[in-house]
Amino acid sequence: MLALGYFWKADAREAEIIKAIDADDFGVELNAWVHINTSGKVTIFSHRAEMGQGAYQAIPQILAEELEVNLSEVNVVFAKGDNKKYGNQVTGGSSTVRTAYKNLLKLGATAREMLIQAAANKWNVLKTDCYAEGGHVYHRPSGKKFHYGELVTEAAKLEPPKGILLKKRTDYKLIGKPLPRLDTWIKTNGTAVFGLDKEIPDMLYAAVERNPRLRGKVKSFDDSAARRIRGVKDVIKVKMGVFSTYREGVAVIADSTWAAMQGKKALKVVWDDSGFEHLSTDEIYKRMRESLKTKEGLVFKKQGDPAIIFKNAAKKLDVIYETPYQYHACMEPLNCIAHYQGDKVEIWGPIQAPDWIQDFVSKEMNLPREKVIVNMTFLGGGFGRKAFMDYPHEAAVISKAINAPVQVVWSREDDATQGPYRPGMMYRCEGVIKNGAIDAFKVKLAGQNNDHWRSGKKGEPNRSSSEGFLKPYYDTIKNLSINDVPFETPIPTMWWRSVYASTNGFAYESFMDELALEAGKDPLEFRRMHMQDERVQKLIDKLEEVSGWKNRKQNEGYGVAITECFESTVGQIVKVSRNTDGKVKIDHVWAVMDCGWYVNPDTIKAQVEGSIVMGLGAAVNHQVTFKDGKAVDNNFSTYQMPRINDIPPIEVYIMDNEEEAGGVGEPGLPPFAPALTNAIYDLTGKRIRKLPFNLAEV
Amino acid sequence: MANLTLNINNKEYRLDADPQMPLLWAIRDLAGLKGTKYGCGVAQCGACVVHMDSEAVRSCVTRVSRAAGKKIVTIEGLSENNNHPVQQAWQQIDVPQCGYCHSGQIMSAAVLLRDNPNPSDADIDDAMAGNICRCGTYLRIRKAIHLAAEMQQKTANG
Repeated sequence: MLALGYFWKADAREAEIIKAIDADDFGVELNAWVHINTSGKVTIFSHRAEMGQGAYQAIPQILAEELEVNLSEVNVVFAKGDNKKYGNQVTGGSSTVRTAYKNLLKLGATAREMLIQAAANKWNVLKTDCYAEGGHVYHRPSGKKFHYGELVTEAAKLEPPKGILLKKRTDYKLIGKPLPRLDTWIKTNGTAVFGLDKEIPDMLYAAVERNPRLRGKVKSFDDSAARRIRGVKDVIKVKMGVFSTYREGVAVIADSTWAAMQGKKALKVVWDDSGFEHLSTDEIYKRMRESLKTKEGLVFKKQGDPAIIFKNAAKKLDVIYETPYQYHACMEPLNCIAHYQGDKVEIWGPIQAPDWIQDFVSKEMNLPREKVIVNMTFLGGGFGRKAFMDYPHEAAVISKAINAPVQVVWSREDDATQGPYRPGMMYRCEGVIKNGAIDAFKVKLAGQNNDHWRSGKKGEPNRSSSEGFLKPYYDTIKNLSINDVPFETPIPTMWWRSVYASTNGFAYESFMDELALEAGKDPLEFRRMHMQDERVQKLIDKLEEVSGWKNRKQNEGYGVAITECFESTVGQIVKVSRNTDGKVKIDHVWAVMDCGWYVNPDTIKAQVEGSIVMGLGAAVNHQVTFKDGKAVDNNFSTYQMPRINDIPPIEVYIMDNEEEAGGVGEPGLPPFAPALTNAIYDLTGKRIRKLPFNLAEV
Repeated sequence: MANLTLNINNKEYRLDADPQMPLLWAIRDLAGLKGTKYGCGVAQCGACVVHMDSEAVRSCVTRVSRAAGKKIVTIEGLSENNNHPVQQAWQQIDVPQCGYCHSGQIMSAAVLLRDNPNPSDADIDDAMAGNICRCGTYLRIRKAIHLAAEMQQKTANG
């Protein structure tokens, strides 16, 4: 068997390829990323979660390229949580490919070179006369060949070579091709195992009543009715941690999911949420508006002297944009299995951050790190929510308390009303135009900072204050400032697909449109003028070409927006018109993605399509509203998701260039809302500055 | 102590179930068939769609007692080898992303195609509007249903 893995030098971005600990067969914990056994079977460990974004496809597609094996011979297994072995495993920030591809290419190439060397040794020929293809090594002059399986024992004795030349992009056989996903088959016959589908022997089920006001403690509870429900075994108080805070709840443990849910409904819990404000949405936004009026906040970026220009300008634009709190709404509600066994705990679930969970549970339960075993299943959606440690920690606490394996199942209502949510944001944007260009530009934002809860660090501006805004603007806008006005509420918030770019994008790119019109310029031309960057210029050319921007007809509204997110740039153009009944409808969306080096164009298209649908929902369908400190909508009956009949045709184009890989799973989302509202302005003259809005009422 | 017999995918399951229990949880927790998904519990998302006497039903709001004596088909029993035209079309177009909602999507689409072998976009939208996909695979679902209709017709003609 040949098994190779990574060795991470302290703080190194690039890993060294090393031989892994030998193990006889798969099933034994391998210190490896890739493992080829004597029958030639290749096992690749996916260090990242698969939540729809395609990591399960991308990782083997990269590795198999340099390893020279067919994808059909590759078995993909989810790695357990262990960042010492795999590096960072947190599946967020659209980072799987862009952070791992160079190491994965090197890993595949190293294994291939060792196999070729092994063959050359066995034949006693020159290595340069041998080559690898399709899981075999061939001797060019004689046509002799070995299957990889016949070479692994010999190869495993060699030292991994260094300084291997990687293939040129033009020589790729797999990378860059729209290969079918490896997980489609199991997702069309019901056999893909999601967290909720995992079962372990003697497992019980738990449903937990948690404080609807999102914070605080259990004062008392009456479980007499719950205990009378058929199948209910136990009722206990539980506490779960999230970063530096704790929340309490009451868990009903039963022999089926249904019995646990029924038991939970029968509970009567008295909460102690004193010390926390019970806010409503109106109050939250009123306070944000007030702080943007009266406070300057913390300086995130400043160049030139915008203040003096604003002071002396005859005319300035000064407008406010609002974006709502949003719920992740993964189709698979949160759930997690834990089995506490005295000296160790094993966890299975739909998990985006197995390594964080390992660290957190180890600390909270006072167990050595290696005694916290975290297994990832497939995720029925993640979007950031499943990168938290609260639900696995809670499952572990319950398992310990009842001394049995347990699956904690969150109902849709639990999932929808407990947060954390994407923070609601408000932006005050000011600008001055001179000679048809931006003379001064200022953005102040108010909204909760996701990092506050996580690190407890305050007093610094939100590090994502300009996330979404394209950097080339900084070269042409000489007088610019971006300030963050710190804003707090007790509502737990966290990253939601594309994070602050999803809200910043709306403000920055809507305002860019307003400035273009103030300057009397075509909005696409205005962006071209203000971004003297070759890559962005090419993207704008492509957008213009595919959308027919220049040839638009009367009675059609066109809007453009371009945003940067996780090292990729996406531009979108939305076309709108009026129905016969006068209502605005979306006719078409064109999207151009520049993510540099890429693996699978079909996955990219799927991700951009999906991002646009998610962006559409957040723009015109749903928002989380609060009343008396509680989230109001608790299920899809009132939290209305986009459905098949809401979706316009979407065309996605990918830029080809030699740049470094950028993110794919999230960058398609931020430009959609501003492109849509800019198009609506183009058609109707009505400027929409608050999301969500009702398309039927424009 | 079985109190009820369910016929799921042509197999008899003798189950001990609270008669009020939704069919969804009986299928998942008692019969152990995990392909049918829980999404909302209130008939809003379609992740739990199964066939009951050949009609698409939301198993999350169907009491298990109502299913007794009826023929239930779940995603696991839709075809012999993952080869119902809808499944084949889903595979060819690579419809799923996270995949969680697609058992329900496929079960809904299969009933649509039986009743309407050549649906228009509007017919598809009508029939599929009860199935939410958070990953936003809707355009591919539409495309795959058209492809499945073609495949089905070819099989019927051939």
